[in-house]
Amino acid sequence: MVLAIEAEGLTKDFAVGFWRPRPYRALDSLTLSVEAGEVFGFLGPNGAGKSTTLKLLMQLLYPTAGAARILGQPVGDTGVRQRIGFLAENPYYYDYLTAEELLAYFARLFGYRGADITTRVSRVLDEVGIGKERRLRLRRFSKGMIQRVGLAQALLNDPEVVFLDEPMSGLDPLGRRHVRDLILGLRQRGCTVFFSSHILSDAEALCSRVGVLVQGRLVSSGRLSEVLAFELKGWELVVAGVSDALRPELARLARSVTPFGDGHMLLHLAADAEPDRLLGELTRRGAHIVSLNPVRETLEDYFVQVVGATVARDERGVGA
Amino acid sequence: MRAIWFVAGAAFKESVRDRVPYTMVVFAVMMIAASYLISELTAGQDLKIIKDLGLAAMSIFGLVIAVFIGIGLVSKEVERKSVFALLTKPITRPQFILGKYLGLLVTLVVNLSVMTVAYYLVLFYMETTATATMRASWAAPALDPRQLIAIVLIMGELALVTAVALLFSTFSSPLLAALLTLGLWVAGHFNHDLRQFEQVVDSRAVAALARGLYYLLPNLAPFNVRAEVVYGIPVAASHVGLTLLYAAAYVAALLVAAIAIFRRRDFK
Ligand SMILES: Nc1ncnc2c1ncn2[C@@H]1O[C@H](COP(=O)(O)OP(=O)(O)O)[C@@H](O)[C@H]1O
Ligand SMILES: [Mg+2]
Repeated sequence: MVLAIEAEGLTKDFAVGFWRPRPYRALDSLTLSVEAGEVFGFLGPNGAGKSTTLKLLMQLLYPTAGAARILGQPVGDTGVRQRIGFLAENPYYYDYLTAEELLAYFARLFGYRGADITTRVSRVLDEVGIGKERRLRLRRFSKGMIQRVGLAQALLNDPEVVFLDEPMSGLDPLGRRHVRDLILGLRQRGCTVFFSSHILSDAEALCSRVGVLVQGRLVSSGRLSEVLAFELKGWELVVAGVSDALRPELARLARSVTPFGDGHMLLHLAADAEPDRLLGELTRRGAHIVSLNPVRETLEDYFVQVVGATVARDERGVGA
Repeated sequence: MRAIWFVAGAAFKESVRDRVPYTMVVFAVMMIAASYLISELTAGQDLKIIKDLGLAAMSIFGLVIAVFIGIGLVSKEVERKSVFALLTKPITRPQFILGKYLGLLVTLVVNLSVMTVAYYLVLFYMETTATATMRASWAAPALDPRQLIAIVLIMGELALVTAVALLFSTFSSPLLAALLTLGLWVAGHFNHDLRQFEQVVDSRAVAALARGLYYLLPNLAPFNVRAEVVYGIPVAASHVGLTLLYAAAYVAALLVAAIAIFRRRDFK
């Protein structure tokens, strides 16, 4: 089977510094493949190299080393562009065109003609939720509306692979929801989606697989649950009606005890605290369980940890 | 190939919807009106002044459009990043450059045509209101169709300058590209002086440099036949033909260079 996206040792250096330009490695030998029909979340903090990767895949940048293929063809192949869609980060289109005119222009470039153009354009505009505004010049569009136009142009040609760079950025909660539904719709149609984000919840809701990029390096990839390991860090327990006799015992069991209003207490328990047994014991002795929640590692924790580790390693490298 | 036309169409639409060309046309019309006013003040004696001013205005306004819109067409796309969406469509970078060039050429032709019509309308008015004695003093008839030769050559020069602007805008910032283009335009008009310069200097190295520049820089002097036309001096068909051929060759070389640079370029 032909892979939707393949990158092999993809590397990009930028020259930084005006007087004495030095190479700055924005992407470091990225090797990655995405199968047809997958929704792949490309995660990483700001500046990790996500946009750089997408631009390399779109041949808006030329790699310093390595190569990439889309649908089995080298990137930049005009035939492949017929079959893909791309939404750039914070996109801009022409101020002087209306949404309809912009999409009709792109539709012509895709080779559609006549009535096909009109029906396609109005269909994708409906799909992204742009109504009467489609007759207005883009100059008057808000950031969120431009983002929708961007999605519309990425879907214009019923693409087999869609590349979206931070598709949720600049959208209000309703807009985010809408984009999520759109991506889920694409997934159902069997379209491959490759999108970048620095927000975990986006990825959680949509992805079949994720890759995590930190400082230009792919530090892990796989199913979301595998990658982030979702390590249980402990439990958060809220109880009420704790008798005075019980208090010292709880203080011994929990990492911390914080009393708050109406005789409620917030307890932080270790991961291996076996809460079932504890809960049984507590209820038997007259306490009332209000809530119990697992505390898991978040993407944020993960970033902090991995970035910290990468920076530490680099510093050792410099010292050596 | 169709892609080139689509890009050209969009570029034309952009420059027409930008208010700049309208103000240019209005300005040109005002210039011509002003020159008419001058003739009133000089009791109809100076058809020459009107022709001079009118043709010079066309050339200058055409230059401004060619430089500023010409540079904007490519560098604005790159700077504002609209190029990201466009270049990920089934279109090659050479097609993009050629389409932009063609679109601007169409814009210039339309603008120059509008200015020509306005120009001839003023001359038509002169013709109908002139007395026999005034006519006798004219070096050439008011509605002399040979003025179109000067206008065609202005267009040839603008086609060349546009290609220069496009080339610079593929690799430098808009401001720098504008300055470089205007600099080259000025140099192009004084280029033939380099020839004489070569003969008056002693240093062989400087002479060689002057000769090199002479051949490298565009030679724009032959495009200016305004004085000949105004004074009714004939312009040889071969001069027009060769000059236009020179423009075409120069434009082709510039476009090849622009494409070569644009092709390898990173869009950050
Ligand atoms: N044109 C450029 N010149 C120099 N450095 C750049 C350029 N573009 C991006 N970078 C650097 O490359 C790194 C990756 O950037 P980017 O791909 O935009 O990250 P992301 O999209 O993950 O936020 C960043 O450190 C950024 O500063
Ligand atoms: Mg980015």
